[in-house]
Amino acid sequence: MPASARLGGVALVLGSALVLSACAATPEVEGAPEEAPTEEVVEEVAIEPVADDYVILYSGRNETLVQPLIDAFTEQTGITVDIRYAGSSELAAQLLEEGADSPASVFLSQDAGALGALSLEGLFAELPSDITDRVIPEFTSYDDTWVGITGRARVVVYDSETVSAEELPATADEIVGPQWSGKVGVAPGNASFQSFVTAYRVLEGDSAADQWVSGLNINDPQIFDGNGAILEAVNEGTIPLGLINHYYWDRLAFERGAENLRAQLHFTEKGDPASIVNVTGMGLLDAQSFDLDALELIRFFVSDEGQQYFVEQTFEYPLVPGIDAPEGLPALEDLAIAGFDLSDLATLKETQDLLRKYGLIL
Amino acid sequence: MSRPPAWLTVLAVLAVGTVSIPLVYLAVRASGVPASELTAIFGRPLVRELVLNTIGLSIAVSATAIAMGTLIATIVTRLRIGAARTWLLISALPLAVPSYLASYGWLVILPGLNGFWPSWALLSAVTIPYVTLPVAAVLRGTSAEGEAVARTLGLGPAQAFWRVTWPQVRPAAIAGGLLVFLYTLSDFGLVAMLRFQTLTWGVQQAYAASFDRSQAAVLALLLVVIAVIVVAAERGARGSLTRTTATHSTKEPLSVGPRIVFTAVVALPPVVGVLIPLIGLGGRLAEATTLRALNPEGLLQATTTTIGVSVAAAVVALLLALPLAALAARYTNKWVPTLEGAGYLSNGLPGIVVGLSLVFFSLSVIPALYQTVVVLVFAYAVLFMPKALGTARASIEGVSIDLVNVARTLGASRFQAWRRVTVPLALPGIGIGALLVAITTMKELPATLLLRPLGSSTLATELWSRTAAGEFGAAAPYAAVLVVVAAIPAMILSGVRSVAKEEM
Repeated sequence: MPASARLGGVALVLGSALVLSACAATPEVEGAPEEAPTEEVVEEVAIEPVADDYVILYSGRNETLVQPLIDAFTEQTGITVDIRYAGSSELAAQLLEEGADSPASVFLSQDAGALGALSLEGLFAELPSDITDRVIPEFTSYDDTWVGITGRARVVVYDSETVSAEELPATADEIVGPQWSGKVGVAPGNASFQSFVTAYRVLEGDSAADQWVSGLNINDPQIFDGNGAILEAVNEGTIPLGLINHYYWDRLAFERGAENLRAQLHFTEKGDPASIVNVTGMGLLDAQSFDLDALELIRFFVSDEGQQYFVEQTFEYPLVPGIDAPEGLPALEDLAIAGFDLSDLATLKETQDLLRKYGLIL
Repeated sequence: MSRPPAWLTVLAVLAVGTVSIPLVYLAVRASGVPASELTAIFGRPLVRELVLNTIGLSIAVSATAIAMGTLIATIVTRLRIGAARTWLLISALPLAVPSYLASYGWLVILPGLNGFWPSWALLSAVTIPYVTLPVAAVLRGTSAEGEAVARTLGLGPAQAFWRVTWPQVRPAAIAGGLLVFLYTLSDFGLVAMLRFQTLTWGVQQAYAASFDRSQAAVLALLLVVIAVIVVAAERGARGSLTRTTATHSTKEPLSVGPRIVFTAVVALPPVVGVLIPLIGLGGRLAEATTLRALNPEGLLQATTTTIGVSVAAAVVALLLALPLAALAARYTNKWVPTLEGAGYLSNGLPGIVVGLSLVFFSLSVIPALYQTVVVLVFAYAVLFMPKALGTARASIEGVSIDLVNVARTLGASRFQAWRRVTVPLALPGIGIGALLVAITTMKELPATLLLRPLGSSTLATELWSRTAAGEFGAAAPYAAVLVVVAAIPAMILSGVRSVAKEEM
């Protein structure tokens, strides 16, 4: 063999070894932050709470919807907020990858599952009670590692030109009836759909839930990637029925005028799992737990002003008692389903296994 | 053939090592999965379905692109359809339209579109230029005389094309087809909108489950396996380059009927991939109420950032691709094909995987550069270097080794001969690759979201931000500027020949 080819081989091995050793180093840092070099630990002990008027936020909520509130926060407090905007699950994956090295202090998530994943990895610090106590207990974490910010109801969206009020399903069970075969749009990979199935399991029992999912599966559901696409499809008359979150409709009405929409919302019976409430929430990254500005930011989101902003601008349910829900929505109490932790991944995993069993998700 | 110089081998190996970062990352993430769970994952009916969907779609789209691209390039360069230069330019335009935008525009017009056939048609329309442009470049640089001779010897036009011209364009067409295949493997936006479930869609869904990164890694490794097979198949199908030296070509005259038919064939991809989607987006814009939200300063800033990172990504990708291309074009030993093949694999991976792998890599190796423009450009280079590799290799191959040898006998060192003979002659083809990298970088979204410096945005991220909030009116200016900015390199591309010639 020519010498240079051998050299190439050696270089390849060396190159891979370099990359591999770099990779091998990371899991230690991630899995066991307490085993970090001693000087860092000492440093951490020595660190006093810091207020440097600067916070980095990872936001899984959209810039258009969140930035005005952040601007108000900066104006009132003088604290600058730098934000990374991306999808909630992408940011959760990024935060898991970054581990203790994350530059972020705060994570704002569209769904509780992503918060639960970070909480389970020990990436969140416990929040002070003056923050967590403001929020209705059913809609926040059980261990104070994150706090609920807003609620969104699961709803049935229907094409008002082809579906009459009498035909609308009164319960989740009617949605899998034969009259809706091939006509229902769902996004089974979506976190909010999965919490609805979890709610079904909690309320009706596992075997009933199994039956429901099996019924959905044989009913030829129309699979979408997300809620927005389902709403568009119903509004265009492509499918007559879909399962989405309520505020998507308000966004679309805001964009095109409510009077121009074919798609309309329908809530199932009181206490029915198809009308469960999901939450968005915030967590403080443990590595930045001394960041007072970060706490100030979270506090602002559960303040009366912050909550009022979400009611008026994003049409979501406030989670702080004493603030009224947006007009035209059923009261939160009529939808609230107490008794299970939205961020409990063990429960979520069982739900995913059920969906997987019927080939609805991977 | 002589042995490759050591420095070239070292550089090529470094380049392959760099673009293999995502593969190493996936291996690390997937290594935690016990064998029993692996079997369970592969045994799931939906996984099998997604693998079949992915392979079916990728084969169909790349076969269509190879056939249509070669046909269109031949029509434009060899037949008198009128305004050939303009048609070639128009043929390049689908490259400038992000696939998620193309599918959204179609959905406005035909909301019920979904499944395999629409995905196939639309992905084909936006990827055909990957074949059209390099094949046209070859045809413009080679002679049509061979075909004319074949015709006088009694072959029909189709036979003459097959026997004489196809062997000349085959390497370029197949190499373009490989890029189309990898593009289809990794595309998420279009298949998500048209609701055709592929592996990349599954990888995205696995990340959405929030806590199961190892399962996402296993699924992404399935994509790598498919990419390995198709890269190996491309080597077999590529064939060796045949060269003709004459440079002037005669175009066949056409009567009106065939002229209309051939023009329609050429116009098909731009109509499907550009015109109709833009009409759809325009219609949505007319209904929108958020148009007033335009911020010219933000638009300008996003445009400047987009152009800046794309140019930088093209340069870095080219620097990575060149040594590997030179090695693959000029030398063969048992390592070279493997190295070159490994260079293509990252292009078949979803952007989110490459993005996360660089989060992981840069934090463990160069934490100071994490979330700076350096790592972002580096990520683009890792993602898109393969787009520069094939054309660079083909054009270096296209420079006759005799010319290099002449330079050597005249006393030039190997490096001097490379710099003064090979590079100038191969430059147009190398440029094609760089332009392709720049165009795709402009449209890239998932890795950009994870790695962009805090507070900065590109046209693609701004577009995403507005469409995700349902604000199509506010999104429209960003979509328009993105398409226009990406159309510029696409149009330059359409004028390039594969091998530079002395002007006559």
